[in-house]
Amino acid sequence: MLPRDLKAEQFSGYPPEGRKLVIHYLGALRRLPLSFLPSVLREAIEYDYKFPVERKALERELANLNFLSAEQFADWLHDFATIRVSPALEKIDWVDAPAQFVEQLSSYLWTTRQLDLFRAAAIAYADRLHATVPPEQPATRRLGITVVGQGVASYDAPLFRKLRPHGAYYSRVNPENGLRVLLDAVAERAKAFSAPYAHWYVDGGQKTAHDTSLTSVSYSALEPARSTLLGKMRSEIDRPGMGPEALRTRLAQLRPADLGVHEGDEVLDRFRIKMLTEGSGTQIFSTTFAQWTAREALRRAQPLTLLVRFAPRQRQRSMNELLTASMGGAELDPVGSLVDADIGAYYNWLNQQRLPGANQSSFLVWFEEHSQALAIGPTTPRGTVSTSSTDLRQLLSSLA
Amino acid sequence: MALGSSLLGSPVALAGIPTKKRKVVVITFGGGARDQETFAPEGQENIPHLMRELIPQSTFFTQVVNRGILGHYVATASLATGVYETINNFASLPPEHPTVFEYFRKDLKRPSTDAWVVAPSNGFNRIGESNSRTYGPGLGASVILPKHLLTAAMSGRTTDYEHLLRDNYETPLYAPELGGNEFQLRQLEMMLKLSVDDFKSHALTLSSPDELSVYIARRLMRQLAPSLLWITMHDIDIAHAGAYSLYIEGIRRTDRLCAELWKAIQSEPEYAGNTTLFILPDFGRDSDEDSGGNGFQHHRTGDALSRTTWMMALGPGIREGVVYDRPMQSTDLVPTLGSLLGFSPSLAQGKPIAELL
Repeated sequence: MLPRDLKAEQFSGYPPEGRKLVIHYLGALRRLPLSFLPSVLREAIEYDYKFPVERKALERELANLNFLSAEQFADWLHDFATIRVSPALEKIDWVDAPAQFVEQLSSYLWTTRQLDLFRAAAIAYADRLHATVPPEQPATRRLGITVVGQGVASYDAPLFRKLRPHGAYYSRVNPENGLRVLLDAVAERAKAFSAPYAHWYVDGGQKTAHDTSLTSVSYSALEPARSTLLGKMRSEIDRPGMGPEALRTRLAQLRPADLGVHEGDEVLDRFRIKMLTEGSGTQIFSTTFAQWTAREALRRAQPLTLLVRFAPRQRQRSMNELLTASMGGAELDPVGSLVDADIGAYYNWLNQQRLPGANQSSFLVWFEEHSQALAIGPTTPRGTVSTSSTDLRQLLSSLA
Repeated sequence: MALGSSLLGSPVALAGIPTKKRKVVVITFGGGARDQETFAPEGQENIPHLMRELIPQSTFFTQVVNRGILGHYVATASLATGVYETINNFASLPPEHPTVFEYFRKDLKRPSTDAWVVAPSNGFNRIGESNSRTYGPGLGASVILPKHLLTAAMSGRTTDYEHLLRDNYETPLYAPELGGNEFQLRQLEMMLKLSVDDFKSHALTLSSPDELSVYIARRLMRQLAPSLLWITMHDIDIAHAGAYSLYIEGIRRTDRLCAELWKAIQSEPEYAGNTTLFILPDFGRDSDEDSGGNGFQHHRTGDALSRTTWMMALGPGIREGVVYDRPMQSTDLVPTLGSLLGFSPSLAQGKPIAELL
């Protein structure tokens, strides 16, 4: 089937809000090339479970496409229209299974050496969309906080090397009540700039007590879901004919109830299990889980505040062992985890800087229970080192 | 990125060595390593052996571009055929075009004992021989999968050896069924003069699958001295699990193992003075700057950094301490090997690298 053949009744399997949205913009969708349309439907079919910022972005994109004249439309989508799509792909049920289509299209683009063309088309389209429909600016300056090194008694190698050129490094930070100070600061921001899913606390281990207004995700709270998932993965792997693509598809189809996740917030529950079903390595390493969750929270929810605390991950073993065992009793690797978290902090900052308002955003990373920290803000001097005594409250004030 | 300026700055004649005596060892990394963790200034601490011991003796190419599919099996198959292969990266399939091993054996009439592949992953068991009609069955390399051998040697009781049986992390959950011309356990004793017990006890002293591969490769060099030996390493590919510290550990281990192999080449009488060593990752990894990826973890974006890697060549006739920043393609390797060893890779798409000939 081709996009021009789309009919409203074909979306009966979509959740109600998503169905309403695609039917409203059916005319625009019919004009999209097949190399492009399923990517839009992949978002639309999840619309009911998306964060407010994501919903708005999709609505604005569809409204823009709908608004374009025939000539403009052809111009905007020209590069996508030149991409060849095989008859086999055309036969896939891309209305009800757009994610599977996109996965197979990706494989086809690599095989037919059209990936670079598609990539260039996607970048050009996104740039044009941002220029035409600029993303909304945040209600206040964003603040990212990353806490690294839990459980590490001492570490002599330099930390925050990738971040140092962008901010000020502090070597004499009073660590007393550090985590409490940071969580309280996040809670204050949540009160001052209240909005759904705008203030997050991600913990790679056990959550520390925090204000209930924060959106929180933790590795240990998801332990039962993780165990259930690993069990499902093992039984799927043992099935005849199972391969990596088929397994990925099966995992992507899992819903919160399949993994016993019922926190009462369908949007957040779906987000939580996606961290395990769609992440790579998130099922086995808590540091990977924390970094990937932060990345996805920033990309999708665009929070005003994000505190990420890394915790020690289990030591490396064979993949079979890692998949079989639960975390209980697993030997931990605190120093390796600190190295993971150090690059994770850098990625958290990079991902934050991709969001609107980046030039006003601030970032703080702290070596937990130790005296090293680094701050980045619009007025923070770059590439500097401070050996003066300070504490996390003062650093946060300097970023406010 | 031009790396030449961040590296350093007496050829020995290969021409004097009879073609029949020339040998080539190729080391590829399945699990690309980025410049910033290797040859860029901030990464050089991870590769002390390559920097201090091998680079000064090598001709170094800073821009080897892979324009094919960035999956480890299919990319290694492309390196071995000189054609960008399009086979399913996750299936147990032979390359579609003749491999370097087939050109080498057919054109030069070499026996099967003269071309070998050592690879850590079950998925690589078909890499030695294509399904080409004019080459193919019976003309390829023998393939040793040391992890597979170890599993067989342990008859399933692998508790003490799990660290050596880590999987190919690109596909941590899936290993294709074995098939093809792979090395059998009983051949350990016959060809490598290595008893199963000695193999098992030595394996206990090693720390990773790549160490096991290098151990087997050295045994092959000692016992059979193949003229064309291809070793693929995969420890670095732990990066797919997202743990940066383990990725860096993999790079450091690979650095040490490359130096060990170069020392082995120089100390083995059959190899010393007549062997060219090529070292290259199959491709890079995603850049930190590409929002479509997740930095070092994967190689899925197809951005310039994930497509670009480096290569070094060492040995008689290769100029030492020379760095070339001009772009070349990974498919140029096979035609270059053809020129060095004297065979004609007629279906390969790359071009011989003039700087090495």
